[in-house]
Amino acid sequence: MLVPLSWLKDFAPFPDDAALLRATLDELGLVVEDVTTTGESLGDVIVARVEEIRSIEGADRIRLVVADAGDGPIEVVCGAMNFSEADLVPFAPVGSVLPGDFVIAQRKMKGVESNGMLCSGKELGLGDDHDGLMILTDVPGAIPGSAIVEVLAIEPDVIFDITVEGNRPDAHSISGVARDLAAHLHIPFAPVAPLSPARSGPPTSELASAGVDDVELCRRLVVSVASGVIVGNSPDWIQRRLEKAGMRPINNVVDASNYVMLEMGQPTHPYDLDKIAGGGLRVRRAHPNESLTTLDGVERVLGVAGQSLGDEGNDCVICDAEDHVIGIAGIMGGASSEIAEATTTILLETASFDPIASTRTSRRLAHRTEASTRFQKGIDPANLENVSDRFFEILSLSSPSMVVAPDPLVVPDHPVVATVLEVPLERVSSLLGVAFTAQAISDLLEPLGFGVVEKDAQNLTVTIPTNRPDIRTTHHGIADVIEEVARTYGYANLPRRTSPWPEPGQPNKRQGTRTRVREALLGLGGDEAWTTSLVASGDAALLGISEPEIGVTNPLTQDEARLRRSLVPGLLRSVGYNADRRQDDIVLFEMGLVFVHPSASTTNRSVRAGAAGGVLVDLPSEEEHAALVLARPDDDATTAVAAARVLADALGLADMRIQSGSSTLLAGLHPTRSAELVDAQSGEVFGAVGEVDPFIVAELAPSAGRQRIGIVVLDLGAVRDPAKVARKSDRAVGISRFPSADLDLAFSVPNTVSVDSLLDALKSAGGVVLEFVRLFDVYRGPGIDDDARSLAFALRLSADDRTLSESEITETRGLLIAAAADLGASLR
Amino acid sequence: MSSPLSQEVLTALVSETCAEIASAVTLEAFDAIAGSLKAKQSPLAQARAALGKIDDEAERKELGRLVGEATAAIMSALDERKVVIEAAARREALEADRLDLSEVIVRDVRVPVRRGHAHVVAQTQASLEEVFIAMGFSVAEGPEVETDWYNFEALNLPPGHPARDTFDTMYLDLGEPETVLLRTHTSPTQIHLLEAAHQRGMHSIHAVMPGRCYRLDTPDARHLPVFHQIEGLVVDRDVTFGDLAGTIETFTAAYFGPDIHSRLRPAYFPFTEPSAEFEITCTICRGEGCRTCSRTGWIELGGCGMVDPAVFEAVGIDPSEWSGFAFGFGIDRCAQMRHGIADMRALIENDLRFVRQF
Repeated sequence: MLVPLSWLKDFAPFPDDAALLRATLDELGLVVEDVTTTGESLGDVIVARVEEIRSIEGADRIRLVVADAGDGPIEVVCGAMNFSEADLVPFAPVGSVLPGDFVIAQRKMKGVESNGMLCSGKELGLGDDHDGLMILTDVPGAIPGSAIVEVLAIEPDVIFDITVEGNRPDAHSISGVARDLAAHLHIPFAPVAPLSPARSGPPTSELASAGVDDVELCRRLVVSVASGVIVGNSPDWIQRRLEKAGMRPINNVVDASNYVMLEMGQPTHPYDLDKIAGGGLRVRRAHPNESLTTLDGVERVLGVAGQSLGDEGNDCVICDAEDHVIGIAGIMGGASSEIAEATTTILLETASFDPIASTRTSRRLAHRTEASTRFQKGIDPANLENVSDRFFEILSLSSPSMVVAPDPLVVPDHPVVATVLEVPLERVSSLLGVAFTAQAISDLLEPLGFGVVEKDAQNLTVTIPTNRPDIRTTHHGIADVIEEVARTYGYANLPRRTSPWPEPGQPNKRQGTRTRVREALLGLGGDEAWTTSLVASGDAALLGISEPEIGVTNPLTQDEARLRRSLVPGLLRSVGYNADRRQDDIVLFEMGLVFVHPSASTTNRSVRAGAAGGVLVDLPSEEEHAALVLARPDDDATTAVAAARVLADALGLADMRIQSGSSTLLAGLHPTRSAELVDAQSGEVFGAVGEVDPFIVAELAPSAGRQRIGIVVLDLGAVRDPAKVARKSDRAVGISRFPSADLDLAFSVPNTVSVDSLLDALKSAGGVVLEFVRLFDVYRGPGIDDDARSLAFALRLSADDRTLSESEITETRGLLIAAAADLGASLR
Repeated sequence: MSSPLSQEVLTALVSETCAEIASAVTLEAFDAIAGSLKAKQSPLAQARAALGKIDDEAERKELGRLVGEATAAIMSALDERKVVIEAAARREALEADRLDLSEVIVRDVRVPVRRGHAHVVAQTQASLEEVFIAMGFSVAEGPEVETDWYNFEALNLPPGHPARDTFDTMYLDLGEPETVLLRTHTSPTQIHLLEAAHQRGMHSIHAVMPGRCYRLDTPDARHLPVFHQIEGLVVDRDVTFGDLAGTIETFTAAYFGPDIHSRLRPAYFPFTEPSAEFEITCTICRGEGCRTCSRTGWIELGGCGMVDPAVFEAVGIDPSEWSGFAFGFGIDRCAQMRHGIADMRALIENDLRFVRQF
């Protein structure tokens, strides 16, 4: 909201110190986004008459203008095209200084000398028009040589751009900002107090009718009628104020409505009474599929439920007395009853519409206006008569012969009752940490219109001003009142306290796992990537995942219309991105959530949803995965296996097996060069290792070429769960102090016998004296059967309490060979 | 073509050719058949040539249609077979490539020696967590897919509340429209914590909640549709606004350094009352005033406030017995400020030249 200081001064004698005012507004929560000064340094700018316009050879964007600024012809080069000979325009002579410390010097353009500058409104800080020069031809008193500050009666001004929060309906107006500011600066504040217009002629009820069918949608309505209105321009000062506040002057009737809205925060709507069938207004709920062509020429269908939750199509509409819709309450009027030049009798609607209905309607119609944003915050229903009076007061300045009918119609015709809350003083001090007295609270809140009375020693009776519909009428309103105490007292003045509590802080288990995984992967040369969780709809199909996808109903782009089911596509795209840029040693990893559609998951969360949390809905299960892609020149499934082994070690896994399988974790992996990571005890699959399917690489990271890309995927949720993945014991195991004996055994092993099963057999046969057994060579080829391979193991034998004897070693060797033989493996 | 053109001849031609196509096993054999079918002397070409010699127009038209059908049948058989043969070739190639990963000898694997770099947002999140843990906070996490009840209504944003619009929510195609969504802030995790505490018979909460959030924001230098927040919640029997202000100040000094201070400014959030924006000394000019801070010496970091009584009541906690405060701010934004990252989009591009700087 743009708030000119000159306008604020209508209500209180504020100082000119813009920095002080800005800081105070910030402190009050009326955040100043920007401060601009206007009308400064225009003292040198004078009015000039365009005498002649000549083209410049070789230039089609600039022209030479001969102007007269009272002292004879001056030649100026000008790039604007919006004026003609005999027009009056602002002229800044050489040596003058424009806003922004812009010094006008003599310049040469296309060989032509320019002696000064003809100015646009923007250059003078007087407007935003980019169309060209400011035209002064029709401005009274403008003659060549006169100073434009005098011609336009310009006074320097400061304009604050303020963001008004949703809980400050009282401050969504210039007088509201002034009230807050004056109270904080202890300056007397004079509210808008219009003189009641002189009313004569037949009473309003004889000229118009007013009815409200739905008091939920329209809490209060005031209808006034004025005849003998002359539609024309508003006085200059009103037009200038509207422009400073960011609104375009239209005509005196519309301007008066806008002026009052800016000043008092209450939208009004003037109609041409002669164009309203039956000469009256009725406010009601829209019938289903009723439609209206609004002022902007768009046909809007009303009364139909929308997509947004709880939007049942309860639109509030304004009808004429014959029940035709002529306006959408608080949002936009219809074209039929618009004020026109010929209008002489106006009907003024001043109403209090329901904020929620207003929000829903304006959201569904995708139409927000200055009025709708004010209705959404809520307005002061007790102020409607005052606002109507102010409207006529402003309009009478330009239409003095206007006659306002007596006894405006007020529906319903009873006064607005203010909310009264009982506020325990103890609640104030316990929430703010300061013991406020009743007097102190009264001093803070009364300037804002609150009534504060000491009910007893412990409690205050607080009457809420009607301009604060944000303050809840239930006991929750106590917190709202306490916020007003804190705000007006000043957050900075509330004491700070650091109160340590006895509980120690600690990370959670998920973080512990993540940290271990991250550290291990960094050590393996992985750089950490964060890719978006939103992917294109084809990603799952590309990976061969046939589960239903989870779609975003309102995606930003179709490339981000699904929730990811795997980290693999995102990481591969990042590999491609870096390969495109010829980066070396691409190893990327990511940890993050992937999402499983509720219909494809066995671990759904059934959670409260909908209005009042009244229904249960199955939500997707969220799996936390870690994925590593290895895209260096020599990377392949073997480097991936090495990485998986390092990860297992870093996580302290008891016994990770690598075996073939078909779980979803393998999606996108090479069908014959990948395997599952399985816990030996539980048989639970918790990851996958291998290479990325080359066809998927070609699709997602084409610039990575034909190279192999190693990959490891972990389901961190499974890894964390001790029931699924066993950890090594953290008990210490003694180290033998006696010499050990090393053995190498090579077996010819049928392909049907896995390395792991042979290792298991050897471990079990070796018993306590087997310190370790490790595969160190695999050989296929001459000397070995076609359906077998040679597996060579290194073994170490030792005992805790003695040096193993030669016979013990021989005996153990025999047991090991026999165990292997039981599996069909023969010693080579 | 020896026999004259007829329906029988064409039927026989189609079934012969299809059988021949089906007999192709290798890609070479298939290519040879496909090539011969397209040659000038192919039976199909001859059939087309024979059409031109038929004088009776009706007969020519009818046979022309049959030749067309035969051509289409043969072409579709070719296409089908090609898919089968290519899939087989692919299977064969993959099969030839087969590697039993249980036989990989890890000791033989040689890789370049190089340590990687953690993502700058992950690093920022970790150091924020460290500071909060040292201050006595536990770290909690919550789901990213939420319902409207957790993301809005329990946080005192009932359906139709004007402030709901400001969250630019992404909704999912689950449940009734606009009931299942991607959380727009980490605040629903507060509700989960409050619920859990209430179910356990209610005791105090001191937790921070980092995590990923989503909003319909077109990516630009300062916004990403997918971003990260950290949220704090303290609930106890005697928590005041002073504790909130003190906690924010302690955090600011601990994370940004002793010469960076915090201040609170009134603001509006439906889930806290009183609410505040918190600002810290501009980290660029250290409070002198510069372009980044619009010459105010302060920059906005996040929002905070005292937990609104309606939030407590939504989960069944009595607000006259318990009070609390909450705060939250952007982790990405923190990283951006701390490291002077001009454009946030760099955070999700994963360009190694960027990732490896931190």
